[in-house]
Amino acid sequence: MRFIFKTEYAQDIKLAKHGGHVFWYGLLLLLLIAAPWIIAEYWLAQLTFILIYAIAGLGLMLLAGFTGQFSMGHAAFLGVGAYTQAVFTNMGVPFPVALALAGTLSAAVGVVVGLPALRVKGIYLGIATISFGFIVEEVFARWESVTGGNSGIHIKAPDIFGWKLSSGIEFYLLCLFITVVVTLGILNLLRSSTGRAFVAIRDSEISAQSMGIHLARYKTLSFSISAALAGVAGALYAHKLQFISPDQFNILQSIDLLLLVVIGGLGSVHGAFLGAIFLIAMPQLIALSKDYLPAVIGQAPGLQSVVYGAVLIAFVMFEPLGLYGRWLKIRTYLQTFPFYRKGMFKRQKSFQKSDRLK
Amino acid sequence: MQVLQLLISGIAQGCIYGLIALGFVLIYKATETVSFAQGELMMLGAFGGLAGMTLLGFPYWLSVLCAIAGMAVFGMLLERVVIRPILGQPAFSIVMLTIGIGYVARGLITMIPNIGTETHTLPVPYKDQIWKLGGLVLNVEQMVVIAATAVLSAVLFAVFKYSKIGIAMQASSQNQLAAYYMGIPVKRINGLVWGLAAAVAAIAGLLLAPITFVHANMGFIGLKAFPAAVVGGFGSLPGAIVGGLIIGIVESFSGFYLPDGFKDIAAYIVVLVMLMVKPNGLFGEKLRKKV
Repeated sequence: MRFIFKTEYAQDIKLAKHGGHVFWYGLLLLLLIAAPWIIAEYWLAQLTFILIYAIAGLGLMLLAGFTGQFSMGHAAFLGVGAYTQAVFTNMGVPFPVALALAGTLSAAVGVVVGLPALRVKGIYLGIATISFGFIVEEVFARWESVTGGNSGIHIKAPDIFGWKLSSGIEFYLLCLFITVVVTLGILNLLRSSTGRAFVAIRDSEISAQSMGIHLARYKTLSFSISAALAGVAGALYAHKLQFISPDQFNILQSIDLLLLVVIGGLGSVHGAFLGAIFLIAMPQLIALSKDYLPAVIGQAPGLQSVVYGAVLIAFVMFEPLGLYGRWLKIRTYLQTFPFYRKGMFKRQKSFQKSDRLK
Repeated sequence: MQVLQLLISGIAQGCIYGLIALGFVLIYKATETVSFAQGELMMLGAFGGLAGMTLLGFPYWLSVLCAIAGMAVFGMLLERVVIRPILGQPAFSIVMLTIGIGYVARGLITMIPNIGTETHTLPVPYKDQIWKLGGLVLNVEQMVVIAATAVLSAVLFAVFKYSKIGIAMQASSQNQLAAYYMGIPVKRINGLVWGLAAAVAAIAGLLLAPITFVHANMGFIGLKAFPAAVVGGFGSLPGAIVGGLIIGIVESFSGFYLPDGFKDIAAYIVVLVMLMVKPNGLFGEKLRKKV
């Protein structure tokens, strides 16, 4: 068990709480930078996808995990970013400018969606965002002069002012750089007063409001930041796949993103990464295990969705804090060994928080 | 004539939406959870009917009854095994849980060799029949949907109004604690509500099956029932049917008069407008949060 003796306020909000953090996260970063020369190209591509999904997951985590607003149409923002990037890159706009445009446009769309969110909450917000997601998907499919319709659109390799990133390694490093910047940005945001306002809104809107937090402003802000991150992720996604079509941004993609934050662990930045690893690694694991299963099960097309659903059910029932919560328990067990007690993380039996009131 | 024709097909489609929405509303009123698995329950019901008719060779009426009863038991089982242990958790956890149930149901059906990935037709006795009424061409399948929905609504109305169990359900949905103090076994009632919702979903599936086809992804239609439930007001049973009818009719007309693509998203545009204008829906009660 480590005890940190705090002597000044700055220690309280430091990103790296102690030397251990600096060491382990530094090591992780070094490993990630060295990854292109360590692992095979196929796995590097998977790692790139993990980073891209982690960026989108961070966005949704900020919205769902820290502000308590559930968006069930987040794939729409991903799509807006991807299409903006595709259209501008194909017009010859350099990568950083196109990326900024993709993020900005997604954020603008996020504000538009965020506005009704001020009036509705809970499940109504979920339905509003689902509806919005369907409408955006249909727009992608029908606005053929820009998006190419259902036949999709090809996108050129990123081009940073003349420096073409055509190889997978260069693109991976670019994604890594953006991921690190985004992660630091989110961590910074969360320790600022804005981040604390988000958390206050999540925990109780009424008490946040009575402490002087402008609900409308912060909810819209949260929506727009979240949408911007999804847009950036979408832009990278478009570059990685080199081809996008409307059906990549449908309801299933939105649910995948929700799955990511819930399984990763709502309300933790780590959760976005763990969830992204889960989301990308799971199909691989299923594919690997196919050889060991009887053909009736292993070759069946529905196996993946059964596994996803079962894992989701298991997590909601037994580990509501997600993968990160499981890791916290393991770490506490090791740190306090042999004094870990079973009830340490016991779920509080909360009385039903009702949306419906008397 | 054209308008009348569109109206009838809109109403028939709207009845399906309304029936699925009825399931949402029943569950929402009883347990304050929103079930995203309702569309999949409908799909399971349709497959149940199909299995009864083709695999077991039952006559039509028997396999329909078996499918509905089977789904009712399945609904109760679902409530007991997965929903009840996590009641009291944030509403969103339960939403994710029902999404998980939907995934598993869809995956399991797809995994059945040779059957799961195919589309099937349910061999109902009234398949492909047409009534001619003046210049009007009435599809019997659609008329059956409308008639069955009307009968079911009447039965449900009677149950909720006059039967002991219906009144107990109403009481526990209004105030669980007070209902519990009055001697109503709230947990058992919740189980029954899930069973009822699953049975209604199965009926919707069996009615929809002759019009479209029976396949593993037919549950996605459940997503269109959400707008129906919201338009009607999420906590209102008649609202669910009326909302379904509105969505169905709007969809049918926009498919004919508006350019391509509007048919698929008409329901969502209606719900967004509704949420902006009247967030509580047509029949919803206005509620304010007390601290």
